Amino acid sequence: MYAYPFSYHRAKSLAEASKLLQQLGEESRVLAGGQSLIPLMKMRLARPSALIDINYVPGLNDIQSHNGELRFGALARHTDIDMSDAAAAIPILHDCAIGIADVQVRNQGTIGGSLAEADPSGDWGATLLTLETSVQCTGPQGERIVKLEEFIKDAYTTVLAHDELVREIIVKKPPRNSGGAYLAFKRSAPVYATVSAAVQLTLDGKDICKDVRVVLGCVGLTAIRAQRAENELRGKKIDGKTMQRAAEAAREAAEPQSDMRGSADYKRTLVAALVKRAIAIAMRRARGERVEAGHEYVGR
Amino acid sequence: MSGVENVSVRVRVNGEPREAQVEPRTLLVEFLRENLNLTGTHIGCDTTYCGACTVLLNGRTVKSCTLFAPMADGAEITTVEGLSTDGALHPVQNAFAECHGLQCGFCTPGLLLSTLHLLNKNAKPTDKQIRKAIAGNTCRCTGYQNILKAIRMASDEMGKH
Repeated sequence: MYAYPFSYHRAKSLAEASKLLQQLGEESRVLAGGQSLIPLMKMRLARPSALIDINYVPGLNDIQSHNGELRFGALARHTDIDMSDAAAAIPILHDCAIGIADVQVRNQGTIGGSLAEADPSGDWGATLLTLETSVQCTGPQGERIVKLEEFIKDAYTTVLAHDELVREIIVKKPPRNSGGAYLAFKRSAPVYATVSAAVQLTLDGKDICKDVRVVLGCVGLTAIRAQRAENELRGKKIDGKTMQRAAEAAREAAEPQSDMRGSADYKRTLVAALVKRAIAIAMRRARGERVEAGHEYVGR
Repeated sequence: MSGVENVSVRVRVNGEPREAQVEPRTLLVEFLRENLNLTGTHIGCDTTYCGACTVLLNGRTVKSCTLFAPMADGAEITTVEGLSTDGALHPVQNAFAECHGLQCGFCTPGLLLSTLHLLNKNAKPTDKQIRKAIAGNTCRCTGYQNILKAIRMASDEMGKH
């Protein structure tokens, strides 16, 4: 399938890319890994007149860890993250990186592209909202750092101006006795999840929840923070009862639509089940246990 | 004939330097098949699902239907044509043949490269690791069991050398 014709421009720096975006106008777009944009262009759902390829900008795929912060270059591929020490130390990052679509897509798709695309079913948005995450953006006015909560405005919409690009994703390392889990339920490997749930919590002692974030993916215009579910856990002992209450609150918080991936009712049921499971895994990990988790599909 | 400027794409494919002028919207798979006449790489679903078009780009598998050719400029590419040496099948190809890891063969070029990528990273994968590694490759004939056998055999054979 052929995309509509476009002119191709290769940027050597983000400053040059920003300048090109200005010069080429509103119909120009940034090309990172291309794993969302290219399918959209082939199906002619997107029709940019010009693409600005940033894959040749040096140093944009670095992953660094210092001063209690992780910094992911915008072009860090999902595979780079899955193999990184950073992800090994923060299991929820590993859960997310190791299961996005399939090997081929993970080898090419980027964390910056995923966030800038702001797909309601995107994996990184839901995962990173459970951590203290901010996005360093660069444009003609210079650099600015935006909290991820503010960066994602709506479905497929971010705060990025037309001539602004993502440079880095900054994630604060969680405190001691923390654990998290990202569970995404998919019909098969290459597709977007039907529902995903991300839980990151900090324990006080063996089972008291000191702090927690619960985020739901694929069931709203953006990933949804389920604050009532968090309130059912925060400051309380995590047991079967509180987990059940949190799962029910998450079910209420979801705003799913019926579509080819499942009915709204089915998705609400999935939300409750995944949240419950994610809390249990997060708790075990917070205690230092190694637990395998992540994306689930038939034949995995 | 779209009125946009063509772009020069230079790559090394299976060790050979190759170059062509293409429209920017040319997909990597079309570049390989139409411009370089390497028709071993297949176009299956053309929607980033089936993995028939899988090739190695700088040592990593990608779906060549989901890259514009200019994105591969300067890259090393391995296609199925690069697997055999002097007419002798690569151990991965041999294992697929021995274990009936193919029937119609349409998905096979992609599966061979996904297998090679897996075994380059992990010489002795578990069954679960094999399943995850080929989750991006769809086969409509075999039911996958013989593909799993073939990948296990390839792993054993390559481990001997």
